[in-house]
Amino acid sequence: MIMFIQAVLLTLLAAITIAIVRQRNLFGVVILAGIYSFLMASVMIVLDAVDVAMTEASVGAGISTVVLLAALYLTGSREYPPVHSVALPLFISAVTAGALIWGTNELPRFGTADAPIHKHVAPEYIDASRKHEMPPNMVTAVLADYRGYDTLGETTVIFTGGIGVLLLLRGRRKRVKNDAERGETAA
Amino acid sequence: MKLDLILRVGTKLMLPFILIFAPYVHFHGDYGPGGGFQAGVIIAAAFILYALIFGVGAAQRIAPPSIVERLVPLGVLIYAAAGLPAMFSGQGRYLDYGVFGHEFAHAHEWGILIVETGVITTVASTMLAIFYAFANRGRQ
Repeated sequence: MIMFIQAVLLTLLAAITIAIVRQRNLFGVVILAGIYSFLMASVMIVLDAVDVAMTEASVGAGISTVVLLAALYLTGSREYPPVHSVALPLFISAVTAGALIWGTNELPRFGTADAPIHKHVAPEYIDASRKHEMPPNMVTAVLADYRGYDTLGETTVIFTGGIGVLLLLRGRRKRVKNDAERGETAA
Repeated sequence: MKLDLILRVGTKLMLPFILIFAPYVHFHGDYGPGGGFQAGVIIAAAFILYALIFGVGAAQRIAPPSIVERLVPLGVLIYAAAGLPAMFSGQGRYLDYGVFGHEFAHAHEWGILIVETGVITTVASTMLAIFYAFANRGRQ
């Protein structure tokens, strides 16, 4: 049953990707990208990663759709046809995709219990959070406690990203306003 | 926008539930999925929904951009400061939660909660500040 659900979700993901590539109306692209994120969140739920699914649904389908729509309002919603030939980018994409797919051969099979990622620090965290009666949601215990430094770094990344976007979007407006004021005093 | 009766009433019905769901996700992160990051995004989503339906001006009267932008660094500071008590009391290293209580599990629950409060503050205010920046640019 899970295999069937996964097959349906992944087929829909592929169909939406093709639709995004072919679509020239950017409004349609933004909505399709939102649908893509929701499907991706469903895939995460099927994979039992509920925390990631929640983030994907709220950030990917919610906030970024709104921000992209706001960007469309500023730029216009029609994509121009490509000026250059698409042969070279297509070739590079195909080679990269081929290399990535070839690389997955070396990875352990999906869901194997003795994959290296389950043997490194994960058993320690699981044992420690049982022994110390940490919060039942082990994801929270790992994120905010055992790997607290990492999460501090992540929060700083969000802060830095936010400040960067604010500077890009707001810096210019102030300068224009200053110029206008200077122009008024000069006049 | 004055005639969008269904959207306005629908939004007003949904907003209280969204705003309650956010702290639920935040405080229930110890037991179920979620935590500061997801809760912060949900709070921001509630304000953005309000701004979309009732106008950015109305949203900015409730959450003024000057306050929202100050909350962005405040969250990081809360998180970073949560590590200091352990360092200065000499009971542990940076971000050691042992100082927040006598019992291990209890102390770490508090530590996680304080740290997540920093995360929720930064995430919610960053999302909202970016949305405001886009919306204000469109106005000129």
